[in-house]
Amino acid sequence: MIASLCLAAVVLAALSGVPGLFFPRTSRAGEQLSVAAMLAFGALALFVALRVLLGGGAVELSLPWSVPGGAFEVRIDALSAVFLAPVGLIPALGAVYGRGYWPERDHPHDARQLRFFYGLLTAGMALVVIAANAVLFLVGWEVMALAGYFLVATEDREAKVREAGVVYLAMTRLGSLVLYAMFGTLLAATGGLLLFARSPATVAMRPVFQSAVVLLSLAGFGVKAGLVPLHAWLPPAHGNAPSHVSALMSGVMLKMGIYGIFRVTSLFAAPPLWWGELVLALGIISGLVGVAFALGQHDLKRLLAYHSVENIGIILMGLGLALIGRATGRPALAVLGFAGALFHVWNHALFKSLLFFSAGSVVHQTGTREMDRLGGIAKRMRLTALAFVIGAVAIAGLPPLNGFASELFVYLASLRSVAHPGGPWLVVAFAAPALAMIGALAVACFAKAYGAVFLGEPRSDDAREPRESSAFLLAPMAVLAALCALFGIAPGLVVPMLARAVDAWAPGLSAAAPLASLVPTTAITLGALALLLILGIAALVLRRRPTAMSAPTWACGYSRPVPRAQYTASSFAQQLVVLLRFIVWPRTHRPAIRGLFPSPTDFHSETPDLVLDRAALPLTRRIARAVGSRRVLQGGSIHAYLGYIFAAVIVLLLLFRVGGVLP
Amino acid sequence: MILDALIHLAFVLALPPLLLGVIGKVKAFFAGRVGPPLVQPYRDLARLFRKSEVVSTTTTWVFRAGPVVMLATALVAAMLVPFGGRPAPLSFSGDLILFAYLFALARFFTVAAAMDTGSAFEGMGAAREATFAALAEPALFLAFLTLVRASGSLSLTGMLGHGLGRAWSSASASLVFVVVSLFVVLLVESSRVPFDDPATHLELTMIHEVMVLDHSGPMLGTIHYAAALKLLVLGALVARLVAPVSTGSLPLDWLVFAGSILAVAIVVGVVESVMARLRLLQIPLLLVGACLLSGFALVLFAR
Repeated sequence: MIASLCLAAVVLAALSGVPGLFFPRTSRAGEQLSVAAMLAFGALALFVALRVLLGGGAVELSLPWSVPGGAFEVRIDALSAVFLAPVGLIPALGAVYGRGYWPERDHPHDARQLRFFYGLLTAGMALVVIAANAVLFLVGWEVMALAGYFLVATEDREAKVREAGVVYLAMTRLGSLVLYAMFGTLLAATGGLLLFARSPATVAMRPVFQSAVVLLSLAGFGVKAGLVPLHAWLPPAHGNAPSHVSALMSGVMLKMGIYGIFRVTSLFAAPPLWWGELVLALGIISGLVGVAFALGQHDLKRLLAYHSVENIGIILMGLGLALIGRATGRPALAVLGFAGALFHVWNHALFKSLLFFSAGSVVHQTGTREMDRLGGIAKRMRLTALAFVIGAVAIAGLPPLNGFASELFVYLASLRSVAHPGGPWLVVAFAAPALAMIGALAVACFAKAYGAVFLGEPRSDDAREPRESSAFLLAPMAVLAALCALFGIAPGLVVPMLARAVDAWAPGLSAAAPLASLVPTTAITLGALALLLILGIAALVLRRRPTAMSAPTWACGYSRPVPRAQYTASSFAQQLVVLLRFIVWPRTHRPAIRGLFPSPTDFHSETPDLVLDRAALPLTRRIARAVGSRRVLQGGSIHAYLGYIFAAVIVLLLLFRVGGVLP
Repeated sequence: MILDALIHLAFVLALPPLLLGVIGKVKAFFAGRVGPPLVQPYRDLARLFRKSEVVSTTTTWVFRAGPVVMLATALVAAMLVPFGGRPAPLSFSGDLILFAYLFALARFFTVAAAMDTGSAFEGMGAAREATFAALAEPALFLAFLTLVRASGSLSLTGMLGHGLGRAWSSASASLVFVVVSLFVVLLVESSRVPFDDPATHLELTMIHEVMVLDHSGPMLGTIHYAAALKLLVLGALVARLVAPVSTGSLPLDWLVFAGSILAVAIVVGVVESVMARLRLLQIPLLLVGACLLSGFALVLFAR
């Protein structure tokens, strides 16, 4: 019953954009119907997820399906439910946001296609997290991946957007290819069971196959999650997609990769130590590289995209600690690490969507994403600015908001193994200073972004006259900001839910080390409330007095300060970027100034992506040039490609007939 | 217990300006002057709180939030740190993380308040503050990790409690490194020489002082007080580490603490008197050095 309710919600989301295709462009009915359908989907998905998480038990459903090797099996356990919750919440809020951000009135050419693929992407993600069968999982995965392409390429009249779309498509195809290899290995090693859940067959797999599956999943799912160095598609895609799509991709779609990695690591009962060490190392690298590149960005949305890479790193650090805990028989480490990772999945979905929504609100009003062209927005868009600062405090992991709560779990995992040494405690110990460094850099980066975009004086005419956005944009932000505060102040609310999900990942862990006894939730709540109380009193004491005078900013004796003299986002980050140049490799154009009366000059700096701009694109261009006109197979004719597919299917069928692989 | 908490609160509220007075006296001594009286910082604060203020027309509420958040976070952090051998009023497993992140929260809002004025100088100071903190943070955490490892406890009170004397005898090398590293963190976080010169009057060379150029009156007073409180709080960590005495008697313990925190202030004053401010480009090197030192302290436990 519950599972079929969830399936109905998936269908609702998938069809949410369809009616809009048939209404005339002057009618608002299509927009309203799609928002209503997405809200209904969100409510249903959240209901199902919360029911499972609050102790309703896993729900299952199995329907007849004629696909070979496939079975229409749906299973929602606590681990699925943790991911189903943001899949329900964020797209529903995003649909409301999109109603004001991308109305059909202003975008007659692409608003319909946007709504259609938005619903499809949501449905695909929901299917991914509830599928218990590998074929069904892959169906959801491909729907999600392809719908994602059309969403990235919404404004396909711009060359930059098309390029972002192609990069996304190429990388997502590569990722899928690796996933087919992974499922193939599972299929071969378990003797034809296409289950995507722990079973005696997966537990009994030979260690070498287990490791192969985990490595392939890190590569295949890592592309989707944005793991360094597989993150290359993410900054252009998130930068160029409409903001509510960026929010959906960054807040939720990346987590589908994380979900895959979580599922695969739960298939096996005894992970060797090096899995955890590898995942921890990958997490630290992603976290540091992500935040270092974020510091170098000039484009607000690209900056947020790199912070997704950073946060995926933090999630993986939690998973790495948990795997180390499982491998060395330390349930407390495993529970804290995994619960921290899960909690951060939620929190990142909340604050990153909030940040993309408020960034989108700015882009909507000013028409630019260049931080160095903005400034002083907070005076005219107070609520958007407030939403951004809440998101910024949350993502930087600062108390009393939710980012702090989940990072605290990961810190505690690391600190506890240091306090009770034994096993690889020194490896685990270095997670804490790494996280501290990532956190401090994130504080710097968001102080830069918030300061440059919202504070000071406008740096260009774009930022001169913005108006506050409509309620369609503000209401979703309010919901997310409230949730960020709630999870930060009262993390005790989610602890029982996370504990159930930890048990779904590795049965028996919670019994060995109950999560509630490991995290000081009451102390966090009391500390947060004390902080807020003292803040309130201090604000009251230091409120503006009637005797206060107003004057221009003190410019150290210079009597006519101009907005152009302000510190920009680039100058703010310059010192850190230079310190981190061994990661970031910034490129600056700085002509030498000569003579007594130098001519006007210019300065320019950029941080090309290490993987995409410095390796992948040059390499592919070189290959394309080298092959040149000698391309025989890749003619660009769709008929030829259909022919190839047909031939490939025939060959494969023949192979199966001879080899008899499929049951 | 209640008495301890009350004395703790009294120290938090009353002591910070005295530390500034002591540092001033030490510097005056080295310069061969009499120097301002020890209570001068109290008088300065009282004067600032009586004044009216000038607020830039560029600013928003964030400008005012800077001092407010700085004060509130320093107060909460002060409740987490044990003074001497006495337990802190608030203590829980993992409070050291909250402690470190409270300072990060204060940093976010002071930096934002500086950016809010639209002044190039304040932006410059804000950028430097954020940059150096990114290197000081790992050093602080590595030092904490070493203490966690040495004590087996996850709270500041536990880490710096009765077991500290035993830890000194079993892991003295590590603890020496931790003391040095924490002292460096103390100097950079409370903007003292050699990282920053609170007495300088050249905007281009300053870090913290230049960030608060536009704050005046009670807001400036709050900032000075909160900075002194931060000095007290971080100084209390160092003071406890170098004087790990637990007599068990309440008045004696508090006396030991008062003596050791004043000694820390004197050392800060001496450092300030005998050293010049580092060039900005050299500061990161010293901070990386502090990180490596406390990292080394931790690695020593793996032998």
